[in-house]
Amino acid sequence: MTVGLEPVERVFREEYGRVVAGLVRRFGDIDLAEEVTQEAFLEATRRWPESGVPPNPGAWLTTTARNRAIDRLRRESTRDARHRQAAMLDQFDEPPDAVSSIPDERLRLMFTCCHPALARDTQVALTLRLLGGLTVEEIAHALLVEEAAMAKRLTRAKAKIKAARIPYRVPPDHELPGRLAGVRATLYLVFNEGTCRPAPRPRSGSPCPPRPSARPGCWPGSCRTSRRCSVCWR
Amino acid sequence: MPKYLLSVWSREGDPTPSNEEMQAMFADVGRFNEELHQEGVWVFAGGLHPADTATVVDGRGGDAVTTDGPFAESKEHMGGFWIVSAADLDAAIELARRGSLACRRPVEVRPFADDV
Repeated sequence: MTVGLEPVERVFREEYGRVVAGLVRRFGDIDLAEEVTQEAFLEATRRWPESGVPPNPGAWLTTTARNRAIDRLRRESTRDARHRQAAMLDQFDEPPDAVSSIPDERLRLMFTCCHPALARDTQVALTLRLLGGLTVEEIAHALLVEEAAMAKRLTRAKAKIKAARIPYRVPPDHELPGRLAGVRATLYLVFNEGTCRPAPRPRSGSPCPPRPSARPGCWPGSCRTSRRCSVCWR
Repeated sequence: MPKYLLSVWSREGDPTPSNEEMQAMFADVGRFNEELHQEGVWVFAGGLHPADTATVVDGRGGDAVTTDGPFAESKEHMGGFWIVSAADLDAAIELARRGSLACRRPVEVRPFADDV
């Protein structure tokens, strides 16, 4: 039974940020997480229109992406990669990630993208990229910046996160009030850009997979802190 | 444990502190340095003589070509630094906050590239 691309697009919007966040948590490497997530989504666009969307699409995407990551790390022969492999083999006997049972993963990623050590416009671009799944071209278009400059900004941001060791976590309670204000400010800008500017049309003939967009509601229930929090948009 | 360089910066034209202010600053920095030792995060630290006491050495040709003054011809100058151990940037930022408060100056946090 063929289903076409529309349900696939819907899943992308709902699952992209969650899958990336889970992989950043597992592998501690944002670039790796992004790349294998893209590969998994590409695989989904090839298979799902014919075979149908699987019952737990988030888990399917996460498992596919994780396997790609493991393959990639195996191919690398550096000492660091072998250490990471060894750490991962420890986790092989765990049950597959039930994506929906780790509600905080996207929160962790959100606090990382919105870390005060990053400039506000960098926070916005990074959040659009990692949690919203927008392409660099779409983000550049939305923020009225040249695509090359945007690519550089995102590369620098991820390099800084790695080099300076911006921690991947929800801040401790006593830091939350200060940090939450920054997250809200960035999300406000993110949603403004997502709703106010139309996405660029893909060039005809380009086989790009459908992209999720940063429309309100694309992160349903993403903030599950027990405190009342106006970050939730649903 | 990763290491960070916490450097202290001032600009030409910053108001010169009075003697009382200087004494208070020395006391606060001394106390902060004590705390760094007690917390086990101290690696090294020190205050520097002013930038115009600096000499730039270029040994690329084999000889030492010396130039009077700091490398950067700018209004901003580094007055001193701490090298600290910190698990991540948040921990380094918290140390820098305390150091900045003690020395009454902004502090730049730079991660070291390799294990030092």
